[in-house]
Amino acid sequence: MPVLNQYLILSAILFSIGTAGVFLRRNLITILLSIEIMLNAVNLTFVAFGRALGSADGQIIVFFVMTVAAAEAAVGLAIVIGLFRHRESLNPDSFTALKW
Amino acid sequence: MGSESALFHLFGAIAIIASLLVIAQKNPIYSVLLLIASFGALSGLYVLLDAPFVAVIQIIVYAGAIMVLFLFVVMLLNAPHEDTEHDLEVHPLLRGGPLRAGALLAAALFVELTWALTKGGGESGGFPGAAVTSVAAIGRSLFTDYAFAFEVTSILILVAMVGAVVLARREPGTK
Repeated sequence: MPVLNQYLILSAILFSIGTAGVFLRRNLITILLSIEIMLNAVNLTFVAFGRALGSADGQIIVFFVMTVAAAEAAVGLAIVIGLFRHRESLNPDSFTALKW
Repeated sequence: MGSESALFHLFGAIAIIASLLVIAQKNPIYSVLLLIASFGALSGLYVLLDAPFVAVIQIIVYAGAIMVLFLFVVMLLNAPHEDTEHDLEVHPLLRGGPLRAGALLAAALFVELTWALTKGGGESGGFPGAAVTSVAAIGRSLFTDYAFAFEVTSILILVAMVGAVVLARREPGTK
């Protein structure tokens, strides 16, 4: 039977992959997807700890995290669409001006 | 018990490999589809953790709704590649310069996270106690102890919806 530590290490691996995606990629869509990977890694931690503590709070917090992730995806993608309309580019390096 | 461990390793391997491929794809459409595979594996892990409610909303909300939103935007923008000049010859993960520092930072973060997360209670094998698996218990807790947070969540969704509509709208003067 898998122990808590295995779930936590898996979650750490997934979170690091998400961070690496944000650091390494220069595409706004992929960066948003990497943020989703990180959110899911944290969700896994919440559920694993909730299971270890025998409480429902972990699952309830995951519910809220998913809601925030949905809101973040909607607003983030709307911003991406707006940026793409202005610059015809998804590279964050082309959005360095504060005003256009 | 042995099959549970095997399933954990199977789902964990799928999640890690799919996530790695997500950040290694040049085309965002493949990234989105691979991320759906990763979410499916995570959903299996939630089942192993006796959390069927989370497993189901992982599939319905994440794989079903959020990823479809991503896919929709990727197809709407129709901009498959990173548009740096040497994107076509160099793989996005193999570029030199400061990006190597990013990879090092991610590796350092992994070491720190592993150390911090596994510091306490490492010797506890398995999970003691009973799990809260019933949706009724989760719902009761959600609508009593967390009722305020739940209502705030509805306002958050409303604000996000209005914000997305306003942000993605074409300004009347431009075409």
